[in-house]
Amino acid sequence: MVDLGLSDEQRELVSSFKNLLAKSSPPERVRAAEETAGFDKVLWRALLDTGAITMGVPEAAGGWGASLVDLALVAEQLGRAAAPAPVLEAQVAARLLAAVATDPAKDCLAHVVDGEQLVTIAVRRPIGTAAELTPAGAVCDAMLVLDGERLVVVPVADSDRRLVANLASAPLADVDIAGRGIEVASGGEAVARFERAIDEWLALTAAAVVGIASAANEIGCAYAAERKAFGAVIGTFQGVAHPLADDATSIDGSRLLVQKAAWSLDREAPRGRELAAMAFAFASETAEAATYNALHVHGGYGFMLEYDVQLYFRRARGWPRVWGDAAAAYERAAQARYRAGSR
Amino acid sequence: MDFEWGPDVEAFRSEVRAFLAEHLSLELETQIYETGVSYDERFARALGERNWITPEWSREGFEILDAARTHVLLDELTRAEAPLIATETSRMVASVIRQVGSEEMQGEILPKVSRGEVTIALGMSEPEAGSDVAAVQTRARQVDGGWVIDGQKMFTTNGHMCDYVFLLVRTDPNSERHRGLTTFLVPLDREGVEAQAVFTVSGERTNITFYSEVFVEDHWRISEVGAGWQSLMLALQDEHSAPFGPHLDRLLDATEQWAITPDAEGNRPIDRHDVQQRLVRAAAEREVAELLQARTTWMESKGEVPVVEGPMAKLFATEAAVRHAEQLTAMVGADALRSRGDPTAVAGGQIEHALRFSLGLTIYAGTSEIQRNIIAQRGCGLPRS
Repeated sequence: MVDLGLSDEQRELVSSFKNLLAKSSPPERVRAAEETAGFDKVLWRALLDTGAITMGVPEAAGGWGASLVDLALVAEQLGRAAAPAPVLEAQVAARLLAAVATDPAKDCLAHVVDGEQLVTIAVRRPIGTAAELTPAGAVCDAMLVLDGERLVVVPVADSDRRLVANLASAPLADVDIAGRGIEVASGGEAVARFERAIDEWLALTAAAVVGIASAANEIGCAYAAERKAFGAVIGTFQGVAHPLADDATSIDGSRLLVQKAAWSLDREAPRGRELAAMAFAFASETAEAATYNALHVHGGYGFMLEYDVQLYFRRARGWPRVWGDAAAAYERAAQARYRAGSR
Repeated sequence: MDFEWGPDVEAFRSEVRAFLAEHLSLELETQIYETGVSYDERFARALGERNWITPEWSREGFEILDAARTHVLLDELTRAEAPLIATETSRMVASVIRQVGSEEMQGEILPKVSRGEVTIALGMSEPEAGSDVAAVQTRARQVDGGWVIDGQKMFTTNGHMCDYVFLLVRTDPNSERHRGLTTFLVPLDREGVEAQAVFTVSGERTNITFYSEVFVEDHWRISEVGAGWQSLMLALQDEHSAPFGPHLDRLLDATEQWAITPDAEGNRPIDRHDVQQRLVRAAAEREVAELLQARTTWMESKGEVPVVEGPMAKLFATEAAVRHAEQLTAMVGADALRSRGDPTAVAGGQIEHALRFSLGLTIYAGTSEIQRNIIAQRGCGLPRS
């Protein structure tokens, strides 16, 4: 039976992350982290202590064996808080290492589980020797890269990377991989495992983007319910209210689509890849519209750095586009739907 | 969390499909399309024999259908374009009668509606009262033994063939807006009732109905005098549970069918990336429409009322249908101009028809603007406009 409700454990999971982020990632900390490459060390430490980074790794490999649905619930909270910590990349990289399970992968994962190393994933394939705009590239100790048909772990030192100031104030860097790295898998298996990791990253990023959109929509609605102009609360004007209502609708729709995608990936269902790409595309476009409208209803105030809504506007674009835009995701969905024999 | 209805409900879906294969012949489909009348007595009675007109009511010899099965039933019937409008309006009104009507009326009407023997049209909108239904001017004045009704109603779909019309009228001539309204069940064979055909862009027939000195006995009154608005709300709440996603479904299926059919040179449109992009966008939004609809069913199954979620499901599914009908007909190109019914039409004319049909979806059962008002006020916490 279709059941869209959360279990007691899931509700507890959501509320514990909500609490942690309310304490450790309030807007002033998010703003402060923009000065430190979009990374908050204290928050990262707090997340490591809860086990958030490796919660999606099987218990046998040192994690909790959390499902992608669970990770997506957490990701939405991270998005809502605009959390300055590259959790999704680290979670996906850890799961990829656990799935590969070769000796070098296990060695690398052990350092992640111990909290000694921040290992990320280059979600786009490198161009020549450069892994560009790699999420968490600015703060990682190593990254997983699919180099041709080799999946390698590349250690990253400061001399290998150039931090990139960016729209989302995210910890992005252009990283020189120059033939370095320890191979953890190769051939068809390496490619398949990497693509599966991308499915997971797309689904989780979509979830985070839902959180971004939904936080922005709430900010916009609260402002529209308060601000007066022309002798009336502006939320009474349909020109203001209706875009917010459309966004609220698409946000609910994208949340459901993200959860269905994560649920399908968890079950290795045939449409998992297609749904994850669709969820990413739909959630991205929804968040673009929702953050734009939420900012716009503030009038000139929305354009001021001082108002929080701009934090969400920038991340709604920056977080997903390190991989690609909605069109790229629809292309991936089309590939799965029409060319890979999934239908 | 679970995103599947499960084997029992899916088995029920197969049962509905088998029913449709048996009772919805090509001939009947053509008849519905050509007349623009979404009603067929034999089909209605066949639905009634399975208690599929009022499946959520207890009836001797039948088990009550749960929310999931009711959802699947309406989903499949809507997707197949089964002649459903008159049975649906009848069910809506019967459900109001069941809640506020007299025992006598309940005894007379409800079993017949359930069996598909009686049909009821909706008489709410007027020339000057569409979305703003509280602006009705049709009047009923009390006379000895009953009421005399004068006025006219717009969009009385099936009013030319139904047995009754559910009429919202002003019984207090000095009242305004929501006050002083009363609902009646008016037999359409009464003297003074006239139906004038109105044809729509999609080819569906509806009517303007005129009421001139129409006498009805007091026992045809449904609501208490002056409590018509409240009874109307019961009907509208019901209307919101109708599924709209299947219309998008039908469009996508037809266009995918077109896309895998090779042209004269043997090229398949589906092999073009731009075609895939457009189709996959429609497929994603269909997924969203389905999920929003499934959420309302899930809530209903827990005894919750989807006050905001129902409007969200309607708004999204119908606006998506309009959007994609526009984009997919443009993508198919000149061939999408060939009308349904023309022997050269592509995909059985379903693509051209969708462009016409989708226009009505965002208007009836509460326009998109009305849905957005509800979402803004009840969901987003914005003040009333």
